[in-house]
Amino acid sequence: MMVSIEELAARIVDGTHLAIPVDFNAFFSGAAMEVTRHLVRAGRRKLRLLVMPSNGMQADILIGAGCVSELEAGAMLMPELGTPPRFSDAMRSGRLQVRDSTCPAIFHGLGAAEKGIPFIPMAGVIGADVVARRADWKVIADPFDPDHDILLVPAIRPDIALFHAPLADRHGNVWLGRRREVALLAHAARQTLVTAERIFDGDLMNTPLYEDGTLSGVYVHAVAHCPGGSWPLDAGSDAPGDTTQLRRYFEAARTEEGFARYLEDVFMPGAPR
Amino acid sequence: MNSASTKDTDRMDAFFLPAVIGRELAGCAHVAVGSDGALHAAGALLAQALHGQPRVTILGSREQLFFSDGGRELFEAAAQGRIDGFLLGGGQIDGEANLNFMGRGDYPALSVRWPGNFGSPYLYSIVKRVVLVREEHSRRVMVPRVDYVSASGTSTPRVRRPGGPFALITSRCVFRFDGAARCFALQSVHGGNTLADIRRETGFDFHSAEGEVPTTPAASQQERALLRGPVAQALAATYPAFAARLREAP
Repeated sequence: MMVSIEELAARIVDGTHLAIPVDFNAFFSGAAMEVTRHLVRAGRRKLRLLVMPSNGMQADILIGAGCVSELEAGAMLMPELGTPPRFSDAMRSGRLQVRDSTCPAIFHGLGAAEKGIPFIPMAGVIGADVVARRADWKVIADPFDPDHDILLVPAIRPDIALFHAPLADRHGNVWLGRRREVALLAHAARQTLVTAERIFDGDLMNTPLYEDGTLSGVYVHAVAHCPGGSWPLDAGSDAPGDTTQLRRYFEAARTEEGFARYLEDVFMPGAPR
Repeated sequence: MNSASTKDTDRMDAFFLPAVIGRELAGCAHVAVGSDGALHAAGALLAQALHGQPRVTILGSREQLFFSDGGRELFEAAAQGRIDGFLLGGGQIDGEANLNFMGRGDYPALSVRWPGNFGSPYLYSIVKRVVLVREEHSRRVMVPRVDYVSASGTSTPRVRRPGGPFALITSRCVFRFDGAARCFALQSVHGGNTLADIRRETGFDFHSAEGEVPTTPAASQQERALLRGPVAQALAATYPAFAARLREAP
């Protein structure tokens, strides 16, 4: 269950359908940035990236480094800054195939995979351009009420779910606290890889105050202990990250040269020890 | 009506738009505010301070997020009708209240790419009262037809649609949306604007009643005090800069 960060990152190969949670959140970012660093360094290519349901800096770095050929997202945003710059550029140039979605459709698609069903109906959305643009979505007459239409979206079953959690144990149990939606990603994916800020000596599934907020190791395939694993983003109150880096990155990544310089000078060296 | 001595410059102060938003949300039981929504949150919290409701859920906050299952739970609660007020904007808005969050140009070959749809196509059709807020009121934003429909303002009878647009608040005026007529109607203009100004700056046609257009009331002394006090305090953890602006505004 416990592996090194190198072993964990090596499981993500070229062409993997990789799912990551949104990397801005009041509880913890969830972004496995140390693994991201490994993927960039290894020159991974043709990743099909799914973000649940949106993302900012982490996905932008993978896109800017040329690791991603296809992105499915409800939106791409760096909060208070704007559209992530390498994403905009890659979309404009046609290097990146973007499967624009809407946030609840991503939750629904993962929910269908979690239930082991091929598709799922969802409320709303009909009338929006996204329905016509998504050839894999269907509108049908509601079989229980044929006077009304309903949208069906297919199950989303990623190869690998990847995130950084504040706490995990040696049995593969991962504490998510009030970010329980991250468990959906693990339930839907074929394989779940987790890096953890701290390792708990004991069993999180049988420890009061932790057990209710814990993702069972049943769904987890590898855990690597990785302090500072979300840097420069945060991993909760234990590891606040460096919020000044967001603006610095956003400004630098407006150009390809600025992005390359930022990676070399700031991102690739990693968290200050 | 407000006293005639109130100057136009006083009307568009830091309290003005939160007060206008708060009035449009009065009567809601539970309003949700999306990411990056300091102004929206201020308006919703003001309505709460004035009327004892709505409950205000702020995404991106800890204390004001009443869910343990993140965005997934928010969307499911909304579809059940547990959220009856929401706020949206848009890079482009047209006269049938269609919203564009995707970008300018011919999708997917956009000349400018914005963040994308988020939950807008879903929440716009299921949340009963959606208040649109867009400060920039120009022909660049208020267009005859949006380049891309992220969220459609109206639907055919085959679509179950409990929700939709209620009002549009800009830096110049307040419109109400008439779903049956599929058209905005001018409700009031902010001090310093005339009907002719609104027509000149708006790319779509809208309804305006005969006679003089009412002026949007400025924030009252009570609204100002609440915005400076409890609203700023509730905002401070998630939106510190915006909270400071409210506390320090004259």
